[in-house]
Amino acid sequence: MILKNADVVLKDGVRKLDIRIEDGRIAGLGRFEGEGIDCTGLTVFPGFIDMHVHLREPGFEKKEDIASGSAAAVRGGFTQICCMPNTRPVTDNKVVVSYIVNRAKEVNLCKVRPIGAITEGQEGKNLAAIGAMKAAGAVALSEDGKSVLSAGLMANAMMYAADFGLKCLCHCEDASLVDGGVVNEGYYSTLTGLKGSIRAAEDIVIAREICLAESLALPVHICHVSTYSGVQLIREAKARGVQVTAETCPHYFTLTDEVIASFDTNTKVNPPIREEKDRLAIIEGLRDGTLDCIVTDHAPHHADDKNVEYALAAFGISGLETSFALSYTQLVRGGTLTLEQLADKMSAAPARILGLEGGAVEPGAPADLTVVDLNEAWTIDPAQFVSKGKNTPFAGREVYGKVRYTIVDGAIRYEG
Amino acid sequence: MLKHKDVLGLYDLSAEEIDEILTVGMSMKKLLRQNIKKLPHLQGKSVTTLFYENSTRTRCSFELAAKYMGAHVVNIAAASSSVQKGETLVDTGKTLDAMKNDVIVIRHPMGGAPRLLAKTVRAHVVNAGDGMNEHPSQALLDMLTMRENFPSLEGLRVAILGDISHSRVAKSNLFGLRKMGAEVRMYAPRTLMPTGIDKMGAKICSSREEAVDGADVVMGLRIQLERQHAGNFPSLGEYAKFFGVNEAVMQYAKPGALVMHPGPVNRGVELTSALIDGDTSRIEEQVLSGIAVRMAILFLLTKEEV
Repeated sequence: MILKNADVVLKDGVRKLDIRIEDGRIAGLGRFEGEGIDCTGLTVFPGFIDMHVHLREPGFEKKEDIASGSAAAVRGGFTQICCMPNTRPVTDNKVVVSYIVNRAKEVNLCKVRPIGAITEGQEGKNLAAIGAMKAAGAVALSEDGKSVLSAGLMANAMMYAADFGLKCLCHCEDASLVDGGVVNEGYYSTLTGLKGSIRAAEDIVIAREICLAESLALPVHICHVSTYSGVQLIREAKARGVQVTAETCPHYFTLTDEVIASFDTNTKVNPPIREEKDRLAIIEGLRDGTLDCIVTDHAPHHADDKNVEYALAAFGISGLETSFALSYTQLVRGGTLTLEQLADKMSAAPARILGLEGGAVEPGAPADLTVVDLNEAWTIDPAQFVSKGKNTPFAGREVYGKVRYTIVDGAIRYEG
Repeated sequence: MLKHKDVLGLYDLSAEEIDEILTVGMSMKKLLRQNIKKLPHLQGKSVTTLFYENSTRTRCSFELAAKYMGAHVVNIAAASSSVQKGETLVDTGKTLDAMKNDVIVIRHPMGGAPRLLAKTVRAHVVNAGDGMNEHPSQALLDMLTMRENFPSLEGLRVAILGDISHSRVAKSNLFGLRKMGAEVRMYAPRTLMPTGIDKMGAKICSSREEAVDGADVVMGLRIQLERQHAGNFPSLGEYAKFFGVNEAVMQYAKPGALVMHPGPVNRGVELTSALIDGDTSRIEEQVLSGIAVRMAILFLLTKEEV
C-alpha cells in the first residue's frame, strides 16, 4: 500500500511525501509509483498513542468493553492504547492481563496494552503480582482512581517495578483533603454548593511522588495534571534532574470550572476541571515540555451513571473520539504547538515513556499511522460516538481536524 | 405570575419575581394574622413534599401553607420511600409526575438535586433546601420579615454571622438581598467562610464588630456540632466566645437593629439568649413569614393554570 502525496508529520517538520507500506511496516518515504490512497490535502501523523484509557472490561461492560473502546480509539485516530486496571476483578494478576491482551487480539482494531494495579485489589496493602503481570503483557503499573496511601509502600512499588522495567503512573489525590469534594474549590463550588477540593489535594501527592523518585533515583509518571501549582512542581523537579514525566487531558486545557454552574454531570471528572490560571498553566506546561504528553483519561459511563444528582454521578469523560480534534484546535490552531510537537505529545512521548514501539513515521517502524483532514470543521455530537460512553462536556462544540484513516500495522482499521 | 416553572433558587429569580412573591406573601401574612386559614387558591391541586433530609419546621411550613389554600398534600420522607429500595431521583420524579402532582417540594442533601428533578418532571418544583446550594423560601421569608420592618430593602445593611460555608440560607439571602439593593456583610471563622463569596457581592469582614457595624439586621446562622468534629473550630464554647453575637457586639449595630435566625437556634452559641428573647428579635415572626411566603410561592407557581 502507498499513501500518496501526504503532508507527513516527521520529527523535524512536515514534508510532502508518499509512504510505502509493506508487511505492516513503513518500507520507505519518498516518491513511489503504483496504486495507493490519494492523500492530497491530508496530513499523516504517527499513530496516536493514549497511555491512559479505561476500557471497563472485564466487569463493567455496560459502560464500555474492549471491542467498543477499541472502535472508539481507532475512530479517534489512536493505534495504541493503554488501559487502566480498575476493572472487576481488578487487573492485579496475570490472568486478567492475559484476558485483556487476548480479547484485544480478537477484536483486532488497535493495539491494547494493559496497565496492572500496583497493589492487590487496588487496596493499598500488598504489592500485586508485578513480575507475572509484566510477563503477561502489562506495560506499566497504576493505582488509577486513587493514590497508594502509604508512602513506604509506594517507595517499594517503585523499586520493585523498576526491576521489571515498569513505571508507576500516579493518580495524585490526598483523600483527607478531597474529603468528598467533587469539583474544584473556588467561586463555582461556592456558587453551586457542590463540595470543592483544593489544589493541594492533588499537589501534595505530586510532590510526594517527586520526592520518592528523587530519593530513589527512579522514574515516576504523574497522571492527568490539572493544577497550575502541580505544573510548577513538575517543572522544578525536571530542572533539577528528577526522572519525572507527566500527562494532561484535553478537558484541562480546554475548559474551566465555570462549566459546573449548569450542574451538568458530564463535567464531573477527577481531578476536577479547575480555573483559568490552571488552564493557562497547563497550556504553558505543554509548550515548554513540563507536560510530556496528552492522554484522554477516557472514562466511559452509562447514562444511568450520569443522570443522577451531581454528588452521586460517576467521575469521568468519554474522550477517545474528541481528543485529537480538541488538542489540534486548542493547541495548534491556538498557536501553542506545532504539528510535530503535537505528534510528540500524542504519539512519540507516550511511546518513549512506556518503552512502546511506534511514535514515529520512519522507515522500518510499524505502519501505525493516522491520516487526518486538518481543515475539516465538525461539531462534537455524542450520539455519533461509537464508544458506549456518550458522556462528554463537549457536545455541540465546533472543532477542527477529522480522522480519515487509522492504520494499524499496515491495515486500515478505521475509515471516516 | 412567575416567569419560571420552578423556584430553584434566588440566583435564578429576577428582582421583579422576588418583589412579587414578597408582595403576595405580605397579603397572605395579613390574612394569617386575622386567623384566616381557609383560602381557595390551591383547591383541586396536589402538592407533594419530598424530603430526603430530616426537617420539621420547613416541611411543616410548606404543608400548612398548601393546606391553608385547600391543596391535597402528601408528605414523603425519604427514609420510608422507594429511595431505600434504590430508586433514582429521576425515577421517583417520573412516578410523582404520573400521579398528577402539581407541585413537588423537595429537600435534598445534594446541591443541584431540585434542578435535576425539575428537568425531569412537568410538575412545578420548589427547592426546600439542597445541600450547600440554596434555600430560596427561607431567604424569601427573611426578606419578607425585613420588608415588614423597614420601608424598603434597598440600602438595608444586613450582617450574617455563623457557618456560612455550609449554609444554603446565607447564599440564598445574599443573592436575594443583593438583587433587592441591600448590602450584605459576612463574618465567620476562615474554616467556615466559602471561597469566592465576596465575588458574589458579599463584603467579608475581619471581625464581628466590623460585620455588625451600622447594621439594620443581624442574622445568626446555626453552628452544627458536626463542624466541631470536622475540625472547623475547637469547641462550641470557643466559637461562642470569639465568633458569636452578644449584647456587646450588638452595640455596633444601628439602634433597634433586628435580630434574626433561620432556626433551630443553639442558645448561647450563635446568639445569646438575651438577644434571642429580646424586643428586637424577629425569630418567631420569621416562622409566620415562612408560611406566608410559601403560600405565595405555591399560589404564584400554579396561578396560570386556574
